Amino acid sequence: MSKPQTITQKILAAHAGKEYVAPGELILAKVDIALGNDITAPLAIKAFRDVGAKKVFDRERVVLVCDHFAPNKDIASAIQVQTVRQFAQEQNLVHFYDGGDMWVEHALLPEKGIVVPGDLVIGADSHTCTYGALGAFASGVGSTDLAAAMVNGEVWLKVPESIKFVYQGKLGPWVTGKDLILYTIGDIGVDGANYRAMEFTGPAIDRLPMADRFSMANMAVEAGAKNGIFAPDAVTLAYVKDRGLRPFDIKNLYSDKDSAYALVKTYDVGRLEPQVACPSSPGNVKPLSRVGEVTIDQAVIGSCTNGRLEDLQVAARVLKGRKAAKGVRLIIIPATPLIYRQAMDQGLLAIFMEAGAVIGPPTCGPCLGGHMGILAPGEVAIATTNRNFVGRMGHPQSKVYLANPAVTAASAVTGRICGPDSL
Amino acid sequence: MELQGKVYRFGDDINTDEILPARYLNTSDPAELAKHAMEDADPEFVKKVKPGDFIVAGKNFGCGSSREHAPVALKAVGLSGVIAASFARIFYRNAFNMGLAIFEAPEAAAEIKAGQEISVDVNTGTITNLGTGKKYQSQPIPPFMQELLADGGLMAHLKKYVEAK
Repeated sequence: MSKPQTITQKILAAHAGKEYVAPGELILAKVDIALGNDITAPLAIKAFRDVGAKKVFDRERVVLVCDHFAPNKDIASAIQVQTVRQFAQEQNLVHFYDGGDMWVEHALLPEKGIVVPGDLVIGADSHTCTYGALGAFASGVGSTDLAAAMVNGEVWLKVPESIKFVYQGKLGPWVTGKDLILYTIGDIGVDGANYRAMEFTGPAIDRLPMADRFSMANMAVEAGAKNGIFAPDAVTLAYVKDRGLRPFDIKNLYSDKDSAYALVKTYDVGRLEPQVACPSSPGNVKPLSRVGEVTIDQAVIGSCTNGRLEDLQVAARVLKGRKAAKGVRLIIIPATPLIYRQAMDQGLLAIFMEAGAVIGPPTCGPCLGGHMGILAPGEVAIATTNRNFVGRMGHPQSKVYLANPAVTAASAVTGRICGPDSL
Repeated sequence: MELQGKVYRFGDDINTDEILPARYLNTSDPAELAKHAMEDADPEFVKKVKPGDFIVAGKNFGCGSSREHAPVALKAVGLSGVIAASFARIFYRNAFNMGLAIFEAPEAAAEIKAGQEISVDVNTGTITNLGTGKKYQSQPIPPFMQELLADGGLMAHLKKYVEAK
């Protein structure tokens, strides 16, 4: 009988042409998708050219998305986007996105069916781990690793040990995948899963919609993880079936019964409150009721963590018939043009406008302090994004709190951090 | 090879937004990036640091964003290297790929103080505190990484591949 493996080991083994890989083993693996954006791709393109490479390994598998400082925020950013655009044209890449095609990359790839279950994805963006929600191995790397993968379609990887997280219980109202992952990072710390895979399981996960799974996998890197992963199930299949651009097979995509884990963590989340990560670490997490009195200047709903249609629907439920407090700038950014369109068709944008929100085009913009929502010294924001490091959203003396869309929307209405039940 | 320099101290969980804030990511020019190295952790750092100096930090150095601009900025400042109790994985990978010397040495990271002079033997990973005379051994570099370094980094390794094709 073959040795038991986790889902992460199985995917890596399959891409290394092996039956079995052991945690700690270094492998050379084939890459299904290599991703870059307008910030990381220019460095990779330079490295690609420096080694004398002429053609990418596969024009259907190198994906370039201009989403961070686009729409171009200044001349220097415009030049970076131009570099990426020219490279995409020269290489005749199938998946190049900018302009009205511009999407937040980690919302884009799943929505377009570019990633399917069982894939091995590397991306020069730390939140590449988002695709683990689909049952793929997806991991963030730097520009040089991206360059290497663009040349030969391969990546060196150390097979990670896995940590198994088991979530028991039924989630309460206004409690989402975002809260589960914030709670988890608060528990294990920002390096609690360094070099390891986070495997999300349990009854609460089985019931979790895809949007919430994306939010959770997205933030695996905030615990230092190499990847976060969910075994594909009926929920995954329902999401992928009309989208997937390549064939896939999920029958082997689960962790064997006797798989070895570095650690197993079981949480009863039935009584979990919405969670808030306080400044200035995604690991500084408190239940909403213990955050205290915090007045805010800005609320941001969007990003690769929480810019999906379901997130906007929740925000609209909270904001319907209400207005953002005087002095609070509410910024809402649908993550893709399709989400934007659906939000318009469902009347969500009208609710947001009546609430006094600024509705932005799809972009990473404010999340990393790029543009479209920068904070001044002393200002405080609550955001559905993934990082609240010093200076993350603007001036080093500004502060960011991270929360789910319902809490962020409710806080915009009162002007202080609170949940929808306080309205 | 033996490197020698003065130590600048930083704490735990220094993230890449502190090492190189995103507001400067509209360029990948190393000289430009160097002007802002460590800016959100210590705005005075680039004014004080001299070529050859070291950063000594706590655990999980380089967590957060995958931006390779962070190690690029530290290298362009002229740092000899970074010694930390541990490194976040993407930063660790990037540092090897682009050639910033890094040393994982928890005991050294705990004991070496700001302003002290140290020397590091790059080949053996031995760190010497020149003030106290105490020696520390950093974690050995995995054999594959050693191969990569011997090849001259990931891109040199790749160049061989491109030329063979």
